[in-house]
Formats: sequence, structure tokens, C-alpha cells
Amino acid sequence: MSSATSVTTAPAAAPAPPTDQWYPLRRSAEAILAPLIALCAAAAIFSIFLLFLGASPSDFIDLVWRGAFGSWFSIQNTVQRASPLLLTALCVAIPGQLGLVIIGGEAAVVLGGLAATVAALPLVNTSPVIVWAAMAVAGSAMGAFWIGISGWLRAKLNVNEVIASLVLAYIGLALFNHFVEGVLRDPASLNKPSTYGIGDQNMLDTVPWLDVHPGLPVGILACVLCWVLIYRTSAGFASRVTGGNIRAAQLQGLPVTKLIMLACAIGGGCAGLAGAIEVAAEYGRANASLNAGYGYTGILIAFLARFNPLAIMPMAILLGGLGAAGGLLQRRMDLPDATIQVLQGLIFVSILASDTLYGRFRWFQPRGAA
Amino acid sequence: MLDSIGTVLLAMLAGSLRVSTPFLFVSLGECLTEKSGRINLGNEGVLVLGAMVAYATSYETGSPWAGVLAAAFAGMLLGGLHGAICSLAKVNDVAMGIAIMLAGTGIAFFFGKPYVQPSATLLPGIPFGFWSDNAQLRNALSVCPLFLLGIAAAIALHWCFNATRVGLRVRIVGDSQDAALALGLPIDRTRFLATACGSALAGIGGSFLSLYYPGSWNEGLSSGQGLMAVALVVFSRWNPINCIYASLLFGAAGALGPSLQTVGITWGYYLFYAAPYIVTLVVLIITARGGRSLRGMPGQLSIGR
Repeated sequence: MSSATSVTTAPAAAPAPPTDQWYPLRRSAEAILAPLIALCAAAAIFSIFLLFLGASPSDFIDLVWRGAFGSWFSIQNTVQRASPLLLTALCVAIPGQLGLVIIGGEAAVVLGGLAATVAALPLVNTSPVIVWAAMAVAGSAMGAFWIGISGWLRAKLNVNEVIASLVLAYIGLALFNHFVEGVLRDPASLNKPSTYGIGDQNMLDTVPWLDVHPGLPVGILACVLCWVLIYRTSAGFASRVTGGNIRAAQLQGLPVTKLIMLACAIGGGCAGLAGAIEVAAEYGRANASLNAGYGYTGILIAFLARFNPLAIMPMAILLGGLGAAGGLLQRRMDLPDATIQVLQGLIFVSILASDTLYGRFRWFQPRGAA
Repeated sequence: MLDSIGTVLLAMLAGSLRVSTPFLFVSLGECLTEKSGRINLGNEGVLVLGAMVAYATSYETGSPWAGVLAAAFAGMLLGGLHGAICSLAKVNDVAMGIAIMLAGTGIAFFFGKPYVQPSATLLPGIPFGFWSDNAQLRNALSVCPLFLLGIAAAIALHWCFNATRVGLRVRIVGDSQDAALALGLPIDRTRFLATACGSALAGIGGSFLSLYYPGSWNEGLSSGQGLMAVALVVFSRWNPINCIYASLLFGAAGALGPSLQTVGITWGYYLFYAAPYIVTLVVLIITARGGRSLRGMPGQLSIGR
């Protein structure tokens, strides 16, 4: 008995020196290999599918490569599709650090785009820089507010965030339609109800020299910043502790409530910014084009990246590339445009299923210090 | 004035009877799946796939009821895939559901391409309004047999949960994994079967979309009823009988905007769509107060932990 008490009162022994210095490397290898195996499995299943249809898988792969990365035009197309996904994936990945699953990013995108347009309209005749600043601030503030509601409900009222964010997504879409097809509608937009435009002079140009979608540098910057926030700051560490075990975090006195609201607001801000950029770079006005499913694809990309902001980048490029290749496939192989959707679905299912591989193989596990 | 209120109410009744059936089937399916402790967001994909398969089968065979059966079967396959993959350790059922949703719609669009143009045999309506001379009322009371089937399914499911051994087992697996383990119940198999059967119901809901109302197959057929089902199930507190009321309410709310438009009120057309969601949110907030989980919510549901 006395020995037990002496153990608890004694100062903690210094941790044993790590005997398994290769473990971090093997852990990374596991994190890269598992999705890669899943990707190959998806490709194999899809090839069989193509053979059944009488199409050649090698032609298919060749066309996907050319359609996604083969020319400067296709790279631009890929980047254009991937850019909003970088930001909408962050909307899931950052709250994901705390163990939350936010599935309402779609509403943050459309409302962010709408808020950005509204902020831009009175400033149309000032300088474009002012317009862009106002759009960025308004868009991300709106997104932060909308996803922040889910966070607030979770933190303060213990309302489940999956259902709350889903329900709020539908409320947000209804609000968007109400404004776009009501008070904010430009009467000249007949077939596709839209708000008034922000003006051609205020459209966000492509990135100088590279000539790609302006959302790309913003998305990459956001991913890197979020990575630093999560893995190199005490708030990020506190969030990961909370995500690991919320009771332990509360016992440690971590500000769990604040962290939840903050993470949701940051994530929502990213998604709102995506909406603002889409308006400024692509459409010039808010309309139903904003509701293009970026929010839902973002959820999957965040899960594929296992909530790591740096891993979001290759995943978003992969999915954006597949989307970009769709048109070429349709023209050259006479396959329906939904072919890409089938492939994307297969990849998602297969990579998510590969989560089960983690920890199955002894070789990747830490080796005993004992 | 009184006349226009009557028109609005009649239009809402008609709209609610007309559009509530897919809500009903998908929410019953979701309810069954969630009762076993798992969530299936993939029912949106199942709904679209069911709509396509039903339409294609009805076109090829000329029998709409064969289409309904085929839709249920297709739904069962896709739901079974979700159920089987989620049985693997560490697979997140929320994310997998969204992946299944995208895969299901993708498959439906891929194979449904040739069926966008041709017109298939649709399901007949049952004219419950035969006694009235009012054409509008007769139109409103022409009920799809699937709606009655859905109500029967809700009652059967309710009875099954509360009065049968199978229902009790599903509820145990959904409420407490420990209890299920102690009783030696096959947890993974129960959830797999519940997910597959739930998706079969959702597939029937899809067949309503293509074979009754709107009664054609195209890529914009579903307006997200499959995802909304999750909100409906929360709203009905995991009770199949309440799913009937919830579906009628969600259907009526969707019909409110268009029916107000018929009497000249155009304001808030889209806001009325949001009404049931606001009510759902309020239900969520009221019941979640004080740290309790929702009453009636299965304990093992991943979204409840």
C-alpha cells in the first residue's frame, strides 16, 4: 500500500529515451500508403466497370491525365475546380480537430457569396481593391457567423452539430433563394435569377504570371495557416486534446466552449471566403451557380485528408482534376458526363473504407520501448 | 378572402399529399437505420438511384410495380454496401454516407442517361375524391397507392419496434452496444440488415418521384429529400408513426409558397421551405437542453455521442 502512495507522490519519472526513432516516418508512410492502396483499388474496380462497357481503361487514364494536367488550359480548369474545395474542406477539417463533424459548409459558401455581393454593390464605383477587401471581409464574416451558430449551439446548448449544421444549411439556402429571387434580384436576370452584378472592372483577375484561378493562392495560404494554427500553436494543441478526449480537456481547464466556437467560426470563415472568391472571380453576381456542391465535396476531401490541412491540397487537386477531365471524356470516349461522378464516388468510398487499415499492420506500429 | 384561404388550404393539402410520400419512405428507412445505431446520409443517393431504376424498369417491362420492386432492390444493394463498409472498424458513417450519396447519384445519372427522353408507364392514382364535383378537390384527393403503402409501412415498423423480438433486438443494438454484446446479439449483422432494409424503403421513395410525381426521370429530380430525412427523423423523435406527420408537415410547408402564389401572395415564397427546418432546430434545442441527449434517440448513434 505504502509503495502505491509513494508512486503517486513521487515526481514523474523522466520519459525513457525514444528507442523507435523511425516510428514517425513509418506512421507517415502508413498515412500515405493506405489511401494510395485504396486509390489503386478504386482504379481497378473502375477499370473492370469500363471493360464491361467495352471502353478501354488505358485510354481512360490517358484522357483523365490529359484532361486534368495535360495542357495549361486543363491545369487552369483543374485549379479552378480545386480552389473552392481547399477552403470548403477547411470548413470541415478545423472543427474536425475538436471531434466535430460540420456538414453545412454549402450554406456558408452561398451566404458568403451573397454577403460579399451585397457588400460590393454600394462600392462598385470606388476602386477594385476596396471592393475586394469588402467582399473578403463580408464573405468570411457571414460564413463564420453561419457555421458559428452550429458551434454556439454545440458548445452552449449541447445540440448535435451534425444535425444542426445540416438543418442550418437548408435554412441558409432558403434565405439565399429568398434574397436572390426577391429583394436583391436584378430584374434583367430572367432565366437565372441573380443579384445585381459587381461590375466588370471589379472582377478578380487570374493570378499574374501563372494565369490561374485567384482562389488558388488564397486557398493554399489558408491551408498552410491552418496547419500552423493546428500543429504549431497552443490553441491548436488544445483543440486536438479536446478532440481526443473532451472530458480530459475540461478537467485540464481548457476553454472547450470557446475553442469549439472559434474553430467553427474559422472554418465557416474559410467557406464564406470561398463563396466571395467565386463571386468575384467567376460569376460577378450571386446566383444559383454558387450552390454547386462545393460544400459537400469539401466534407469528403477533409475526411480523405484525415483533417490535415496540408493533405487537403493534393486531395483537392486530385478531385478538381477528375472534374476537369469530364468534358474531354465525354467528347473523346462518348461516355456520359456522370462517368466522372461514378469514379469520384468510387474513390471516396474506397479511401474512406481504407481508414480501417490504420493500425492493422504491426510493421507500422511503434516498437516497444520495454 | 375566405375563398382564397380555402384555395390555399386545399392547395396545401394537395401538395402535402402529393410530395410527402418520398419524405415518408426515406424517413422511415432512415429511422430504421438510426434505430440500429447507425446514420445513413447516403439515402439521398439511394433515392435518386431508386427513381432511375424504377423508371427504367417500368419502361422496359411496362409494369410500374416491377419498377417499384426493382427500386427497392437497388436501394437495398446500395444501402447494403454502406452497411457493410461501416461494419469495418474506424470507418466514419457520416462521411461514408456522403460518399455513398455521391456514388449513388453518379451511378443513377450514368445509367439513367438513355431514359431521360422516353416515357414509361406511371403508377395510377386512387381517386378518393370521386364524391366531389370540385375538380381541384378531386385532383387533390387522387392519392398514390405508394402513400397508403407508406402509412402501412410506418404502422408496421412501429409495431415491429414495440411488439416483436426483431424490433427489440434492433433497439437493443442501437441503444447499448454493451447490452447487445452481453446478450450475444450479432451487432454488425443487425446494423447491416437494418441499413439495407432502410435503404430499400428509401429506394421505394425514389420510385414515387419518377413513377408518380413529378413522374419522369431527369437529373434534377430529387431536391434533397434524402438528406432532409435526417432532419425529419429528429423531428419525429425516431418514432415511425411521427414520421407520417413529419412528412405531411414538410410536404405542406413546401407547398405553402406555391399555394400562396396562386392567390397572389408572392412574398416569402422560399422562406416557407425553411419553416420545417426552423421547427426542427427548435425541437433540437429544446430537447438538448441540460446536457441530456434527445429523448428517443438511440444511444449508440454516432451523432449522439
